[in-house]
Amino acid sequence: MDTEQIRAKIREVLAAHAKLPVDVRTLADDADLFAAGMTSFSSVNVMLALEDAFDVEFPDDMLNRRVFENVDAITQAVTSIAAPA
Amino acid sequence: MPREVRPVSAEQLALRDRLIDAGLLVPSTIDGVYGHGETFEAVREALERVISAAAAAGGARRLRFPPVIPVRQLEDTGYLSNMPHLAGTVFAFAGDDGAAAEQAARAAAHADWSEFQSPTELALTPAACYPVYPALARGGPLPAGGAFIDAGGSWVYRHEPSLDPARRQMFHQHELVRAGEPDTVVAWRGEWAQRGITLLGELGLDARLDRANDPFFGRRGRMLAANQRAQDLKLELLVDIAGPEATACASFNHHQGHFADTFGVTMADGSPAHTACLGFGHERIVLALFARHGLDPADWPAAVHARLGTGA
Repeated sequence: MDTEQIRAKIREVLAAHAKLPVDVRTLADDADLFAAGMTSFSSVNVMLALEDAFDVEFPDDMLNRRVFENVDAITQAVTSIAAPA
Repeated sequence: MPREVRPVSAEQLALRDRLIDAGLLVPSTIDGVYGHGETFEAVREALERVISAAAAAGGARRLRFPPVIPVRQLEDTGYLSNMPHLAGTVFAFAGDDGAAAEQAARAAAHADWSEFQSPTELALTPAACYPVYPALARGGPLPAGGAFIDAGGSWVYRHEPSLDPARRQMFHQHELVRAGEPDTVVAWRGEWAQRGITLLGELGLDARLDRANDPFFGRRGRMLAANQRAQDLKLELLVDIAGPEATACASFNHHQGHFADTFGVTMADGSPAHTACLGFGHERIVLALFARHGLDPADWPAAVHARLGTGA
């Protein structure tokens, strides 16, 4: 899966679980998702849905809001823990 | 169902024994469930009056609720996702004559009779502020300046059996709730955190404020806890009661829009409200007083009695 496919999948997860009051497609990759309206509780649901979507498990030290604050950060996190293709 | 029981320290066990021997606490057969002797309860009631008087002086309106809430409200708050291990729900018998007889026979033998029990629509109140938010929403949009509620010392339930006398399954949590503009709510929480330190200081207790997190469950809980700390959403007043760790005797929580959005609490102009609550743990503060000043209130400093209004 290339980076663009990963970003697209992340946006699908955000659309389904982030409960944003705006369309996630209108947000830039570096746009702050919390500022856009994602709550702490929604961010946890996003984290769990990302684990399902990418078949990964985030280590404890990644379970914080900074890792999930925008599409870029999530992409970096997913890429860093995904098994090599 | 077996569950992990929090370890108890020798100091905590010793304090528990002393309180029971002195008749201050009346033990039950269940860890963390106690009755109060007359002396203990008199101090608790005095503390409740002091907190409510301070709230009234700040313009609080009193509301009182029973120690149960509709299960629907528990579901709406996300409690069963965030703290499922602490929740307690109410079940009741549902069945015919035969089922009743079988239930009675098993109960008499102390065998398992849970299959005859069905959920009611009630849960034990997990935090004394929970009934306040739907009540505020019922009143329509908040007036300019928001709302300030004193929900009093209400029994709350947490399923966490322990022999530490400061960790109880049912205790009085005295909640004050503020709803309003975000800036108003944050300022109120900061002001009341200082008032809490001052009040406990006047009672001869050395309290310090620290950043904290709720006891969220599991992996999602680890992230919620990290988020809560990163945003300074929960502060606690810690007091030394019985070692090795200090005990949280009050907490100051900024919920942002969580409860307001869940229950539809809005400002007069339709903008979203924020809420904050502060919860004083009556029993923990009373325990701290007995641990600090001795088991007989007659020996306590006059200034402590004066502040509690329990002087001669």
